Amino acid sequence: MGILIDGNTKVLVQGITGRDGSFHAASMLEYGTKVVGGVTPGKGGQEVHGRPVFNTMAEAVEATGADCSVIFVPARFATAAMREAADSGIGLIVCITEGVPVLEMLATYHYIREKGIRLIGPNCPGLISPGKSKVGIMPGHIHKQGGIGVISRSGTLTYEVVYNLTLKGLGQSTCVGIGGDPVIGTGYIDLLELFEADPDTRGVVIIGEIGGEDEEQAAEYVKASVSKPVVAFVSGRTAPPGKRMGHAGAIISGGKGTAEAKVKAFKEAGVPVADRPDQIPELMKEKLGS
Amino acid sequence: MKIHEYQARDLLAAYGVPVPPGRVARSGDEAAGIADEVGLPVVIKAQVLVGGRGKAGGVKLARTTEEVREAADRILSLTIKDIPVEAVLVAKAVDIRKEYYLSVTVDRANKRAVCIVSASGGVDIEELAVKEPEKILKHYIDPLRGPDEKDLREFLSAAFPKNLLDRALAALLNLYRLLVDKDCSLVEINPYAQIDENTLIAADAKINFDDNGLPKHAEVQAMRTEEEYSREEIEAKEAGLSFVSLEGDIGCIVNGAGLAMATMDLIKLFGGQPANFLDVGGSSSPQKVLTALQILTRNQNLKAILINIFGGITRCDDIARGILIARDQIDLPVPLVIRLIGTNEKEGRALLEQAGLEAASEMTAAVKKVIEKAKAGV
Repeated sequence: MGILIDGNTKVLVQGITGRDGSFHAASMLEYGTKVVGGVTPGKGGQEVHGRPVFNTMAEAVEATGADCSVIFVPARFATAAMREAADSGIGLIVCITEGVPVLEMLATYHYIREKGIRLIGPNCPGLISPGKSKVGIMPGHIHKQGGIGVISRSGTLTYEVVYNLTLKGLGQSTCVGIGGDPVIGTGYIDLLELFEADPDTRGVVIIGEIGGEDEEQAAEYVKASVSKPVVAFVSGRTAPPGKRMGHAGAIISGGKGTAEAKVKAFKEAGVPVADRPDQIPELMKEKLGS
Repeated sequence: MKIHEYQARDLLAAYGVPVPPGRVARSGDEAAGIADEVGLPVVIKAQVLVGGRGKAGGVKLARTTEEVREAADRILSLTIKDIPVEAVLVAKAVDIRKEYYLSVTVDRANKRAVCIVSASGGVDIEELAVKEPEKILKHYIDPLRGPDEKDLREFLSAAFPKNLLDRALAALLNLYRLLVDKDCSLVEINPYAQIDENTLIAADAKINFDDNGLPKHAEVQAMRTEEEYSREEIEAKEAGLSFVSLEGDIGCIVNGAGLAMATMDLIKLFGGQPANFLDVGGSSSPQKVLTALQILTRNQNLKAILINIFGGITRCDDIARGILIARDQIDLPVPLVIRLIGTNEKEGRALLEQAGLEAASEMTAAVKKVIEKAKAGV
């Protein structure tokens, strides 16, 4: 099972003719993802990796019956691409693009939400249900099919954690990179709810970072509503306040969003917090065994 | 991105929000000229981005032209929290009857723009929020439908008397328009001052911008002041790198912000001190690695460098090429520890091995090794 995507998910790539879109379309196909086509305005009729390119999302969905779209377009076109995907009636939108202006995202978030469509990202690595489907940019080979759900605000740090899980024999049901921006489509709580209901998921790893209060809210939610074991990691313990640490959302401001506060919230909710990424597997094994 | 008060005032004025007459000056004579123009007395305020300028002697009232010249010269000779004052705002002094607070910002948790008002303005709003939260009123704006004037009027009536309501409403609508037009992250007037029976004026102004919106607004980028970022941070930004200087001695080059923070944390955990945060970003070209090493090696405190790469969108062979180019072009003064794993790892490792360099595959091992090297170099 896993959540959101599986071996039957039909995927369109928005921006498939660009450098990143084309590279990662090939990598998704190689992994076994059902990439059924792509969209680049003005390039309809071409083919990329043997898959048809369409001018619009509406045409592409009509022709392919796709149920998921992954976006690789430049930041200045990203919210328009998300809205076009939402209008095409697709069920799941994954936006990889980094650098989307926050005010555009406010309106776009609500536009997509009101249509009942799920958005992952922006500024995220995408998601993967190992052995079944990969919709994103993560290196597929470090993953292994199994029972651990992973939710993370980061990209490469997620790979680090997944690599350690796999190394210690803990495969993953689905790994979701939710994105490093202050305003993102799907948060921890939405996904905790899905993982809790997924029969294949035995435990969940949360990888948080400084900025905002989403981790604190997730901790409360775990305490109240999650029966499965949860283990957390929080990056940015050494980050100075007031400085944006790469991710637009990773900033301690007005004394809020510190790593200490997040670690404390998780611990108070009974969620063990690893000091290092390579401690996560043992903490999870302890929790699973208890 | 942050801008100075005088720049924020100009933007507010352009959006129809009244501000006291005044301009920026860079010398005592220039300040005196402005005072003649707008009329005495005037307030002279240091233009620095850091807070606490009043306590540091950076704000003075002047009643005569001579006082203006003296006060401006004195403030221009100050250094406030390590920042030399290079400009002052000279603005007509106003009699303030009452101070309000008015701002519009983005609430990330609620995913909406939020208007914040208080009838107890003039103080630090974050402090007020902790001590007397009941004095702060908030109103969220529907991001799809925009502000509703009727709702806003009702909201403002809890803080402003009837005779000021029209002006406060007009100002708030203008702040929201400015926020959206220019992709701001904060537009704040504090104090929003009542200066006579029916007049409100922005006695101080603060505007911050969303960095992601900057590419859309050349006119906003043109207001960038050197004060916000170090020379290295600006250079890194231009090269497409995210860089923040810290006080330690172990330089870090990492791909991805989360992994970069985790790398710093791990260095600290094992008893080392990170010298910086540096994210080379996705699709990293060899050139980025070269620029990163150039910036890092300028740090006199540097004792060792850790390159920690988990390839995803970043390809390990690109990183390896960058390291080799850098080794040819610059003299690396400190030991280099490399950790390379992920996309095109084999190709990357092969390139490094041909050049006699080794790469670790485990992060913890690499961090322990770089700390050893840094300590050995003392």
